[in-house]
Amino acid sequence: MTATTAQDSRSLSAADQPVVKTRHPWKWVGYVVIGVLGAMFVTSLVQNPNYGWDIVAEYFFSTRILDGLLKTLQLTVIAMVLGVVLGVVLAIMRLSGFPVIAGVAWLYIWFFRGTPVFVQLLFWGYISALYPTLSLGVPFGPQFFSFETNSLVTPVVAAILGLGLNEAAYMAEIVRAGILSVDSGQTEASQALGMRQGRILRRIVLPQAMRVIIPPTANNTISMLKTTSLVSVLAFPELLYAAQLIYSDNFRTIPLLITASLWYLIVTSILTVAQYYIEKRFSRGTSRSTASGGRLARLLTMQRRADLGGSR
Amino acid sequence: MTTVNEAKVPMVVAENVHKSFGHIEVLKGIDLTVSKGEVMTLLGPSGSGKSTFLRLINHLETMTSGRLAVDGKYVGYKEINGRLHELREREVAERRSEIGMVFQRFNLFPHMNVVENVIEAPVGVKREKRTVARDRAMTLLERVGLQDKTHAYPAQLSGGQQQRVAIARALAMEPKLMLFDEPTSALDPELVGEVLDVMKDLASTGITMIVVTHEMGFAKEVADSVVFIDGGVVVEAGPPEQVLVNPQHPRTQGFISKVL
Ligand SMILES: Nc1ncnc2c1ncn2[C@@H]1O[C@H](COP(=O)(O)OP(=O)(O)OP(=O)(O)O)[C@@H](O)[C@H]1O
Ligand SMILES: [Mg+2]
Repeated sequence: MTATTAQDSRSLSAADQPVVKTRHPWKWVGYVVIGVLGAMFVTSLVQNPNYGWDIVAEYFFSTRILDGLLKTLQLTVIAMVLGVVLGVVLAIMRLSGFPVIAGVAWLYIWFFRGTPVFVQLLFWGYISALYPTLSLGVPFGPQFFSFETNSLVTPVVAAILGLGLNEAAYMAEIVRAGILSVDSGQTEASQALGMRQGRILRRIVLPQAMRVIIPPTANNTISMLKTTSLVSVLAFPELLYAAQLIYSDNFRTIPLLITASLWYLIVTSILTVAQYYIEKRFSRGTSRSTASGGRLARLLTMQRRADLGGSR
Repeated sequence: MTTVNEAKVPMVVAENVHKSFGHIEVLKGIDLTVSKGEVMTLLGPSGSGKSTFLRLINHLETMTSGRLAVDGKYVGYKEINGRLHELREREVAERRSEIGMVFQRFNLFPHMNVVENVIEAPVGVKREKRTVARDRAMTLLERVGLQDKTHAYPAQLSGGQQQRVAIARALAMEPKLMLFDEPTSALDPELVGEVLDVMKDLASTGITMIVVTHEMGFAKEVADSVVFIDGGVVVEAGPPEQVLVNPQHPRTQGFISKVL
């Protein structure tokens, strides 16, 4: 008992003292190392002529680079649109409750997520080696149309297909998590009112799923912007390929890679800012629905609860 | 509420209704009839299958066996030449649109404001003109006392207000039957009264209602009949003054004494 009393009186007097913060003496060592390395790097940026900043400046706003940038942006948008639309379809297929249809979607996602997008792009590039002609008709019967594959699957088409179909597999999972995050009571209330499946999805479920779907979609768009650079293997003149074409002429490889990288950085930075606002907007939840869906959905719901500060 | 001399026309007829979830039989042969204009209260301990039975009536669940008809038509089936055929989704939806349902947890559409919630089905399902639907929505919202909340979103409303919107939303489809699944159980005690008042008012209009509730006051005052379900069967049924005041079956007695 005496020990307790002693301890009590000690902690009582300690309560009056200011808190002594833990010291981190090693952080100063870290600061010095970072400072030295940083200074070395900056000096080399300025002094090393191999960076070729004059070349960077020369080509930064050149038409070929800007044209490549425009193609990169277009490709990003088109591939994302294809990915989102097909992703929604695949997500609905997976949730349809028909085993064969759900299985097909599962297989698609399994395949396109399980192989590198680079390899997929190469496949689309070399598709004519697999199917020299494409035809529409009855299997083993008459053919209505027939195309040379190479005239149909041009580098643009190969790029769009390669990126878009791959993206669809990822979008499918995002959309599925979004749909599952919507409380099942919403569907029941809609059904009880006499609404049909398509309408329920369009008017009730998807709008609410957007809160969960949009932030990762913005994230994927940023990824896609960078992934489009892989399309240079298809000789499609997007940003990286435009830079490559230039340095294959003038052999100033590094400056042109820097030029391209700076543009990628600029656009991804803009998109990151946009993503921040989009996320803020969509995490402002009005729904009380409980998340029963994927990890993503649960995470977002938890985040939202934390934001609300348990106000309910 | 029915007047005495009115001939009793059945609205809901259940015959030997069975429902199993996997190996668990929840309903073990329910027989009951709800007449047009009747207000029936369904009582029973938790897990006795009250919600399941309500959900069978508008085909949110499918029956395992038995017969269940609403207004002379089988729920989820149609009879062609003496044989039952499963209905298509469109037909199921059509029949559901004639049955209103109010849920314990309101289930309002959180991304739509009050008016949009109410007109969503009339416009989308019945293809009503927006102006017509909106006018009726206003009348209904006035009836449930929410005429000044028309542009609020569900999250901005109290539980009692949300439930009253949910009732207006169901009524907007002009249903011939209303199902209530514990409409006041999720409400704070001081908000229960406002919802019960709306339901009492509704009962007086002569619409057929099946109400699952633990509100004995409501049952006594408003219900024409009370049905007590336990263990998947109807244990006791009759007018409230009999089942609630003077129950015959020991299980009913036990339940009533606990709830009161
Ligand atoms: N979809 C389902 N799958 C499996 N079991 C279910 C399902 N729905 C209900 N049940 C079970 O059926 C039984 C009856 O459920 P029901 O919700 O109808 O009861 P209730 O009388 O409404 O109870 P409460 O008063 O708690 O609402 C419960 O044991 C429940 O676990
Ligand atoms: Mg229930």
